[in-house]
Amino acid sequence: MTEPASASQRPIKQLNKVIIRFAGDSGDGIQVLGTLFSTETAMAGTDLSTLPNYPAEIRAPAGTTYGVSSFQIQFGSTEIFTPGDHVDTLVAFNPAALKVHLPDLKPGGILIVNTGAFDRKNLEKAGYETNPLEDEELNLRDRYRLLTVDISGQVARALEDSELSFKEKERAKNFWALGLISWLYHRPIEPTIEWNNKKFGKRPAIAEANVTALKAGYYFGETIEALHETYDIAPASLPPGEYRAITGNVGLCYGLIAAAQKAGKHLHYCSYPITPASDILHELSRHKAFGVRTLQMEDEIAAIGAAIGASYAGQLAVTGTSGPGLALKSEALGLAVIAELPLVVIDVQRGGPSTGLPTKTEQADLLQAMFGRNGESPVVVLAASSPSDAYECAFEAVKIAIEHMVPVVLLSDAYIANGSEPWLIPDPEALPEIHAPHPPAVRDADAAFQPYARDDRTLARPWAVPGMPGYEHRIGGLEKQDGTGNVSYDPDNHEKMTRLRAEKVERVANDLPPTEIFGDPEGDELVIGWGSTFGAIRAAVAARRADGHKISHVHLRYINPLPNDLGDIIARFKKVLVPEINGGQLSMLLRSRYLVDIQGFDRVRGMPLLQEDIEHAIEQLLEGN
Amino acid sequence: MADAAVKLTKKDFESDQDVRWCPGCGDYAILSAVQKALPELGIPRERHVFIAGIGCSSRFPYYMNTYGFHTIHGRAPTIATGVKVANPELCVWVISGDGDGLSIGGNHMLHVLRRNVDLNIILFNNEIYGLTKGQYSPTSKVGTVTKSSPFGSQDYPVNPLAFALGAGATWYGRTIDRDIKHMTGMVQKAPQHHGTSLLEVLQNCIVFNDGVYGDLYDAKTKKDHILYLEDGQPMIFGTEDQYALVLENYGLKVVDRDQVDDSDIVVHDVRNRELAFLLSELERPVPVGVIYDRERAVYEDQVHELEQQVIEANAPGDLAAVLRSGTTWTVS
Repeated sequence: MTEPASASQRPIKQLNKVIIRFAGDSGDGIQVLGTLFSTETAMAGTDLSTLPNYPAEIRAPAGTTYGVSSFQIQFGSTEIFTPGDHVDTLVAFNPAALKVHLPDLKPGGILIVNTGAFDRKNLEKAGYETNPLEDEELNLRDRYRLLTVDISGQVARALEDSELSFKEKERAKNFWALGLISWLYHRPIEPTIEWNNKKFGKRPAIAEANVTALKAGYYFGETIEALHETYDIAPASLPPGEYRAITGNVGLCYGLIAAAQKAGKHLHYCSYPITPASDILHELSRHKAFGVRTLQMEDEIAAIGAAIGASYAGQLAVTGTSGPGLALKSEALGLAVIAELPLVVIDVQRGGPSTGLPTKTEQADLLQAMFGRNGESPVVVLAASSPSDAYECAFEAVKIAIEHMVPVVLLSDAYIANGSEPWLIPDPEALPEIHAPHPPAVRDADAAFQPYARDDRTLARPWAVPGMPGYEHRIGGLEKQDGTGNVSYDPDNHEKMTRLRAEKVERVANDLPPTEIFGDPEGDELVIGWGSTFGAIRAAVAARRADGHKISHVHLRYINPLPNDLGDIIARFKKVLVPEINGGQLSMLLRSRYLVDIQGFDRVRGMPLLQEDIEHAIEQLLEGN
Repeated sequence: MADAAVKLTKKDFESDQDVRWCPGCGDYAILSAVQKALPELGIPRERHVFIAGIGCSSRFPYYMNTYGFHTIHGRAPTIATGVKVANPELCVWVISGDGDGLSIGGNHMLHVLRRNVDLNIILFNNEIYGLTKGQYSPTSKVGTVTKSSPFGSQDYPVNPLAFALGAGATWYGRTIDRDIKHMTGMVQKAPQHHGTSLLEVLQNCIVFNDGVYGDLYDAKTKKDHILYLEDGQPMIFGTEDQYALVLENYGLKVVDRDQVDDSDIVVHDVRNRELAFLLSELERPVPVGVIYDRERAVYEDQVHELEQQVIEANAPGDLAAVLRSGTTWTVS
């Protein structure tokens, strides 16, 4: 949009990076607002990272603190690793949002408050005895750059001529706020206008109302004096190419489709709806043109059962869930272990135990993935570290599962699943081929077929599938005799098979690339992370390194088996810190494996770790506390 | 599915594994009937897949020289669903029991029936848990004395036929392990139905529940206790065909045949769901044969048809294009 001349009359301040949080009722359209703002700034060329945060209830009672939904974004002209710790600007749509989120606003930060929602009822629901905007003790006006505006009233006036109902007009207030913030940070509103026209093509009155509200918010900025400057953020120097925004759940889907193509198989995604994994099912169910089959089964057990059946029948089988669902799938996962069938189980982790915090993030299923089955039941465990990494991890999980004839648990979490980041669109053709160990179509008539014969290098057994003549055989959950696959209760055979199944998983490490170290190959402190803490750890380590400390960062994608070179890397550092969003699960694994006195930094708040907290933990360990 | 070039014998379907059921177990007869029935179907051996859960019955796949998968307790229908969707060309059998199929796996039985996946489920009903050594099962009659119910069981049993009909079953048959000929015929009929076929076999557990179907075994009296159903035939039974079934008060009633007019005797109609429900309430005689048979859309057919429609309408997927769908921007 061409800016009105008056915009230039205000000073424009250049910033490297900015953190903004939008907060309101779960019905206020906060997530849409955040997503659209992300697109605007992405198209303006900045790097960014987002954190959507919403209640588990579909529509929590309006105006309550537990019904508050929020969306945080950090964007900037340098590389952005996290959605940020404390925010520069907070937009609060009602008293409850102000109450919940004010503590995270930096002193002197910009606070935009929708006074239209500050009536007695909403104040009471938020637990305010007096209006915080007029509270002298709270003193918002001096502590922050406060802009109070009746957004509801502004929208009503802007949409006076619209034929929409009062309620429909009211819904446009997120666009009004988006307009104002876009003006304040010089972000282009064209992508939002385009989105509206596309989304509401069949209801042009709504598209028109949203765009009118958007522009009204944009121009409102011109008229006010409370904000005496505007801000611009230069584009980041990202690698050249075509970009799009990607969330972790969608990244997983694309990785799975790519893997199915490279393996020459139909993807069978069998699942049962569960937050925060359901979007994988939604996305994949749209892609039938790729031969993707989505089976929404009757429960978590049926979902993994159908996946195991599809795998047995020779197709690519994937089931996806969250922690409670993984618990239900554990017996069947053990069946895939003993039947030695390829299977990918995605666990989009959330806060636990039990139902826990269904919409919040946590990394507390690591040991469940590792050990949560009866018997000695090893599986490969991988962890995605970001939305774009989810694409690669999904592909790699399939490649390992098929080529090694082994179940793979792929860990993601709510933060990766819903958070988005710019993604340099990859070329799916550049991915490696996936070779399924099917026996030859015509069997060698001289030798009896051995369903548990083993590949010398990987120990994978042949994947003979029903329909192939001459390979008829029986498999199952009872212990198998090596080679023949016949049921065997022989003690020595059980010992042998138990060790073979473990060895088969261990040999996956022989195919892994060297572990990447951020920083020097040796030093005072090594920070080891896994999963969605990548950004916060990388930013913290980079910051401490800039201060001259000899600190490095290793982020693990491969947790079982661990990389072959990890022990040597750890040995080259004086101290090791492992930050995780759990009670110290990776710390436990690494301590027992390497007998190293690893220091954990554990937080379980249902939220991503903060960069400043990790920096503090790094400092403390360096100082020997 | 039939392939005229294939001529197999019972021997072709026997695996090299020793059968390990108790001597005298009804399961031997069922195994033999299945091995006898399969050559007549004309389906190549590699296209048969036997999938079982857990329990005595579920060891079945190990004894069949076909593809086989002995899975976990109650979940065979889910695994079979995955197999059939992945490859509809296969003839997929599910072997289950009253505990496996109606207790721990009751939920999956419900859903596989409503989806109408083209599977052949053989439910061995012996009204007892055999492999765990004799506890009452969900089909045990109230008062059954077992190890876990020394004073007699208190749970009300499930009626497998009524359950299946309620779940939307499209084919239900029943047979008796002691009647090899009838059983073999029923095993052959089940795969002819396109959709889920549920064949209940009344099977004797010689160790823990011997004689539970005693009336049906006694050569002298069994005809007075069994109603052999034939589509389009009147419901007549008895050693001398002396009994008949008539409709009374919305139910089936046993009468002396000479007391009623022939035109009042109920004629079996496999397509009549209401009649099938009435038959589910019948305690004596026990109806056997094809009780219900009606075509309905088959799950995996729909999955594959929809996939073809989408591919034909949109051309096969182009992943590079999908990755570029939506909002993109270029950094130079």
